[in-house]
Amino acid sequence: MNNAIYRRRRMVNAFNMGASMMTMAFGLFWLAWILWTLFEMGLSGISLDVFTKITPPPGSEGGLANAIYGSVLMTFFGTLIGTPIGILAGVYLAEFGSRGWLAPATRFINDILLSAPSIVIGLFIYEVYVVTVGHFSGWAGSFALSLLVIPVVVRTTENMLRLVPNSLREAAIALGAPQWKVILFVTLRSAKAGVLTGILLAVARISGETAPLLFTALNNQFMSLNMNQPMANLPIVIFQFAMSPYEDWHRLAWAGSLLITLSVLTLNILARWFGGRKNQSH
Amino acid sequence: MNPQNTKLQVKNLNFYYGNFHALKNINMEIEPKKVTAFIGPSGCGKSTLLRTFNRMFELYPGMRAEGEILMDGKNILDRDIDINLLRAKVGMVFQKPTPFPMSIHDNITFGVRLYEKLSRAEMDDRVEWALRKAALWDEVKDKLRQSGNSLSGGQQQRLCIARAVAAKPEVLLLDEPTSALDPISTAHIEELIHELKEDYTIAIVTHNMQQAARVSDFTAYMYLGEMIEFGETDSIFTTPKKKATEDYITGKFG
Repeated sequence: MNNAIYRRRRMVNAFNMGASMMTMAFGLFWLAWILWTLFEMGLSGISLDVFTKITPPPGSEGGLANAIYGSVLMTFFGTLIGTPIGILAGVYLAEFGSRGWLAPATRFINDILLSAPSIVIGLFIYEVYVVTVGHFSGWAGSFALSLLVIPVVVRTTENMLRLVPNSLREAAIALGAPQWKVILFVTLRSAKAGVLTGILLAVARISGETAPLLFTALNNQFMSLNMNQPMANLPIVIFQFAMSPYEDWHRLAWAGSLLITLSVLTLNILARWFGGRKNQSH
Repeated sequence: MNPQNTKLQVKNLNFYYGNFHALKNINMEIEPKKVTAFIGPSGCGKSTLLRTFNRMFELYPGMRAEGEILMDGKNILDRDIDINLLRAKVGMVFQKPTPFPMSIHDNITFGVRLYEKLSRAEMDDRVEWALRKAALWDEVKDKLRQSGNSLSGGQQQRLCIARAVAAKPEVLLLDEPTSALDPISTAHIEELIHELKEDYTIAIVTHNMQQAARVSDFTAYMYLGEMIEFGETDSIFTTPKKKATEDYITGKFG
């Protein structure tokens, strides 16, 4: 054994390990600071009123109830519209997309959509839907959010289906099963946990989006569950309240930020849990 | 062999992966209710040949077969053969166990449901029958609702055999069914092959020459896409006609 080479290798190893630990610490430091500030400022604003009372005029008592309901409704419908389209397109890309030009083209466009700035999506729905019907609405917000859900779900569904071993498909086909049954009962079922994880990550992504709602759902000072009317939502209320000069609005903005962060965190933990369960059982 | 006594008759079969000529003018006959083993070094075309019997190769682009494979006198390579019906008649078990992501019970019923409408009681009987055939019933009868993935590798492979048998095929193709299993599971499956040949025509691809000698009635030795020698297993292993076959089975080569 050549000791000089070995020592050198150890030194290079120690240097690289040290450098990567330091960069990791650098990244974690900011994340920890952000979370710390968020909890410090947000927790003081959280009370039962936040969940029961609607957004107040400056200087009076109030909460975020209308914004919370609005966000939940629009996220729900956005996911409901986007998920089936995303799953079907993902199935097409993974199971039928090995030949022809349509699949590569779809994949390419989907990647563009995946990284498109969300404000572009908002403007698009504004032009196509809001201008046509003549008013802002919860539906417009849901449509914009669903356009953000689709590429995420397409991508994860395709990737998860590609992880299903081909031998499993062959085994089902060897029994004489038609392709739709193979996909529905064998491949999609094998990839179930992964597909579900993708949906949860998509929900996590849209639940904090502000830009696509700015030109679509707008905002609403009052409690409204009518999807055909402008609808309050957490991100825009946070934006409006945080920019205001009023102290009590600031507190509510922090409380709203904490709520969004906690729900995204919960969704991510759920997604990890589903992903982990998949690895154990298969 | 007289023609009345053939299940599968391969006539002038050539197979191509793109430009690669993988099977060269194969001619052979597979007898019903016998075990026919295919041996030969990796890449000799034995799995390829097996996968023409249920046209599995058609899943992938660029592959094509020329010639005829007659099953009970009908050419299964014909365009107007219903490929799903063909595959229901020709079952297949793969190298690695492939349990579906569902319960043991549903693994068995998946294939049956495709072509038969059975009452719940009949279906339960069929599940038990198939699992008994695969010598797995006693081990799983109390956990039919558990996932097929919860079984050991050897049990999973027997589950796959039960699944193939449950659909009542006429021919059973086994593509190196024991290569991923330990000796005890392998012994189980070899016993099983002995019992199954009473009802089914079996074609098995194996890397293990002792296995071919133990389980088969006929053996085909293949090399570089050609059928070098084909005949009764006893004579292939004791008095091979060709030098190449002798070299392979005595371990001088391969």
